[in-house]
Amino acid sequence: MQRREFIQLVGAGAAATTLVGCATTNIDAKGAKVLVIGGGYGGATAAKYVRKFSNYTADVTLIEPNQNFISCPLSNLVIGGSKKLEDITVSYEGLRKNHGVNLVRDSVVSIDVAKKQVRLAGGASLFYDRLIVSPGIDLTYDKLPGMLAPNAQNEVLHAWKAGEQTIGLRKQLESMKNGGVFAISIPLAPYRCPPGPYERACQVAEYFQKNKPKSKVLILDANDDVTSKPGLFKLAWSRRYAGIVEYRPKHSLTDVDVKGKTLKFEFNDDIKADVLNVLPPMRAGSIAVKTGLANMNGRWCEVDFLTFESKVAPNVHVLGDSIQIAPGMPKSGHMANQHGKTCAAAVVAILSGADVNQLPVYNNTCYSFVSSQDVVHVASVHQYDAAKKTMVTVPGSGGVSAAANPLEGEYAHAWARNIWADMLV
Amino acid sequence: MSQLFTRQSSILAAVSFVSLMVIAGSVNAQSLQVKQWAASCSACHGTDGYSEGGMASLAGQTKAELIQKMNEYKSGKRVASIMHQLSKGYTDEQIEQISAYFASLPVEKAAPKKTK
Repeated sequence: MQRREFIQLVGAGAAATTLVGCATTNIDAKGAKVLVIGGGYGGATAAKYVRKFSNYTADVTLIEPNQNFISCPLSNLVIGGSKKLEDITVSYEGLRKNHGVNLVRDSVVSIDVAKKQVRLAGGASLFYDRLIVSPGIDLTYDKLPGMLAPNAQNEVLHAWKAGEQTIGLRKQLESMKNGGVFAISIPLAPYRCPPGPYERACQVAEYFQKNKPKSKVLILDANDDVTSKPGLFKLAWSRRYAGIVEYRPKHSLTDVDVKGKTLKFEFNDDIKADVLNVLPPMRAGSIAVKTGLANMNGRWCEVDFLTFESKVAPNVHVLGDSIQIAPGMPKSGHMANQHGKTCAAAVVAILSGADVNQLPVYNNTCYSFVSSQDVVHVASVHQYDAAKKTMVTVPGSGGVSAAANPLEGEYAHAWARNIWADMLV
Repeated sequence: MSQLFTRQSSILAAVSFVSLMVIAGSVNAQSLQVKQWAASCSACHGTDGYSEGGMASLAGQTKAELIQKMNEYKSGKRVASIMHQLSKGYTDEQIEQISAYFASLPVEKAAPKKTK
């Protein structure tokens, strides 16, 4: 009788344990293999935090073709001339040394979802239990025929991926004559970093003001209005950069005459300038498009916001700029960092048999330099809405700066130091 | 008699072991949730709240201190450039759990974990 009771109790215990789904006192991912594609704000963060949240029990490999991380946030300061590229460059070595992340310097050419394998450009195949894809964005020129001509993309730069083109655009501005015109074309939202083009216009304007005062900045925006911090940017243009910056909305670019240095628009007159900076329409990074992960109009990847698992590929998670964003969610580096941690927590929960967090909460903070010193911010808090199955901004949270100020300039640099370490050290 | 006693102990042991496992399971899930919430602060305040400079370190502050600051940001009593806007996005319960997490960490950051 007593013996039977004992067996029954143990039986019930086993059932209870199964229900809870976690039989150990510590999270243990048991050496499960997690591959991360892309070492930007999203992927590098995810790689570090899968290791950290799993108590260093998951085997994590980061696949990234570049030797060092170069930050897009703050790269406009390199274009403005107050920072150098090395100031915004961080080694990936900390991820290996401090967190035991395997670093593979390569890129992925294909994903076999059925076999749970990725193939590298170098020829090797790697197996995964869970794959995290954070490929950033691709710039699309197919609707701008002039940009498809040989060498066109080396002459008219985007500088929307920090690196060579950032330096290239800076050089074009340095060699431009005093009295020249810099024209920046902005695509329809959504695109990477909503306030970025307006910040860039400020940075170029400050450079002109100090060094080439007869020069002009023309902002040609496909959108109906400034898409981020509109009041603060317009104030900067009308007060700080009066007579230098001109903002023109509803300018939908249809082609670029590269040799003639002319932009052509759907409804507006052609514009000739000395330095053209074309931000073409964007979509998820090419590996996401090629593999069908970008299931929303072939542009963005739809995900489950509890886990960041792709809606079309099991065991594959997508995050950062390449996802179909939730309402009010910007495509920003800070947001990708937040995706990375939320995804990491979910992946670790799945691999170790724990419950997945049903209420992710995270934030966005974005500082923009309206000069080399003065900064404005936009901030927001986002939480999961179980009924809508998406992230929503928390009512009453968030906002923008009252005015541009140097204290937030210091905070912006501190933000960079902290977030780079949070991703990479 | 002694045999019966042993059996009863085994039953008790089994029951408490199971209860422990059940509690451990929910604590783990909850702690991953709290870790995610707390990690949302780390972008600016450093991993686990150990600031790299220029922002306040959160690790090792007392729970009461952290809760009070967040509430003062919410009410506007404490002046901020950004925290008055971000604090309003977190519930009292979330702030309590996040504060408890940072309060549980030592003031000084431990050396990096050994790699495999």
